[in-house]
Amino acid sequence: MVMVRATKKSEAGIMPEEKLLADMGRFNEELVKAGVMLAGEGLHPSSRGARVIFTGGKKTVVDGPFAETKELIAGFWLWQVRSMDEALEWARRCPDPMHGEGSALELRPVFEPEDFGKELTPEQDALRARLEQKRNR
Amino acid sequence: MNGGASMAHAVTREAIEAAFRIESPRLIGGLVRLVRDVGLAEDLAQEALVAALERWPVTGIPDNQGAWLMATARNRAVDQLRRHQMVKRKHGVLADEESIAPARPQGIEQALDEDIGDDLLRLILIACHPVLSKEARVALTLRLLGGLTVEEIARAFLLPATTIAQRIVRAKRTLTEARVPFEVPRGEELSARIPSVMEVIYLIFNEGYTATRGGEWMRTELCEDALRLARILVGLVPDEAEVHGLVALLELQASRSRARLGPAGEPILLLDQDRARWDHLLIRRGLAALARAEALARPMGPYALQAAIAACHARAKVATDTDWKRIVALYDALAELTPSPVVELNRAVAVSMAFGPAAGLQLVDALVEEAALRSFHLLPSVRGDLLVKLGRRAEARGEFERAASMAGNARARALLLSRAKACDLRA
Repeated sequence: MVMVRATKKSEAGIMPEEKLLADMGRFNEELVKAGVMLAGEGLHPSSRGARVIFTGGKKTVVDGPFAETKELIAGFWLWQVRSMDEALEWARRCPDPMHGEGSALELRPVFEPEDFGKELTPEQDALRARLEQKRNR
Repeated sequence: MNGGASMAHAVTREAIEAAFRIESPRLIGGLVRLVRDVGLAEDLAQEALVAALERWPVTGIPDNQGAWLMATARNRAVDQLRRHQMVKRKHGVLADEESIAPARPQGIEQALDEDIGDDLLRLILIACHPVLSKEARVALTLRLLGGLTVEEIARAFLLPATTIAQRIVRAKRTLTEARVPFEVPRGEELSARIPSVMEVIYLIFNEGYTATRGGEWMRTELCEDALRLARILVGLVPDEAEVHGLVALLELQASRSRARLGPAGEPILLLDQDRARWDHLLIRRGLAALARAEALARPMGPYALQAAIAACHARAKVATDTDWKRIVALYDALAELTPSPVVELNRAVAVSMAFGPAAGLQLVDALVEEAALRSFHLLPSVRGDLLVKLGRRAEARGEFERAASMAGNARARALLLSRAKACDLRA
């Protein structure tokens, strides 16, 4: 997953200029053509978002906007690549998403079944139990 | 110690190889157009990689890696051309640049401006040329378009690297000897070449999806490589309905990858799978691709039909929601288009689900004498399944055991043996 960090402008809901849109369009096309892009979306500013906050068993809904701009995201992609190195190389090809406003792309690998190794995840455990029940019925 | 400190990313060999892999198909495609020789093009690309591995750790990875690699490879091509000419002059032969190699710098600049899509299409058509054996096409496609190394291909197919290397060398020789033309065909001629490409991609996917050898049930990376190739192909020939069908089929099948394996790595059959573990993003992509295939062509081709069948499963939120009558109808259409005992067997399963196990068993029994299915473990496996449903457990046990003795995959064999045993438990 590739996350685009928000900036003051993106949080203010200012749409990118035409040139950036065109550059981004070309980059997205490259990703699609290479079979790398699974999904990608731009996000509205946090003023249109909300949070559900969990504190000691209590749930509170808090409406946006949220103050910590640099920790917010303005968009994301899901890429299918063979390695972190490949993802980084694609990310380096991305046009500056916020036009010199000091944004960043953050790359985070999505968990794969292999990552769990031999350990069972709770859902796998539950599934096995269900299947066994079914077989013995 | 500052646990939160971030480190600048070093230009590692892996980073350079990753950058190269992204560029490699376009680079080789462009070079093939220039030098009209797949082997030479690949050699030149490799020389460019070697140069990048020397230079980039010092200079950093350039912004336009593609142009850097192409310029480097081009210079090597020109060097080679000059050497050729010097040898010729020494031997008193008149130099004729054009006839030795068309790799003239001016021509290259111009050629670079041409559509790179054409370069990729040319490369994929050459790699999947019908003059080559299936094995050769698979290896060459993964090498040239997937950007896999010989070692990676060998590992994926559980074969020695030397075997794959030989396949690729022989394939290139065959292409040269057969004087395979480098022009990209158009119209119907192009359409006629696409099935061979789709076949290769589907073979690669299936090799990953149902590992035919060894202890693993799946090799996910191979599936992902095939999916990427299919997505690349559909971008090159967006008017080919069946390619959309192939993409749909692969996305939908891949969407089940995570649910097909139990905790101990054992296979879980489709109807027993936890549908929450299906990849709903891939399902959405698959259904969208299927819609494009359907919009482009009626009647649908075999890949689109298989995708439509997979879509029936994908759309069912629980297994009991499956529209089996529609699946039977789709298998009817598939059997008409590509009649085969395997399709008939699948149709029989669908019939049993839509109209009851007795109706299915009748169809399966008609296939028992089929020579093509004699060593196909799924026939006794399906028969066993239907016999269980009809309460004929002793017969079912025999069928599962027979199926287990025929299965080539260790995981599949273990599953069948456990089903044979379960017949006793429930008797």
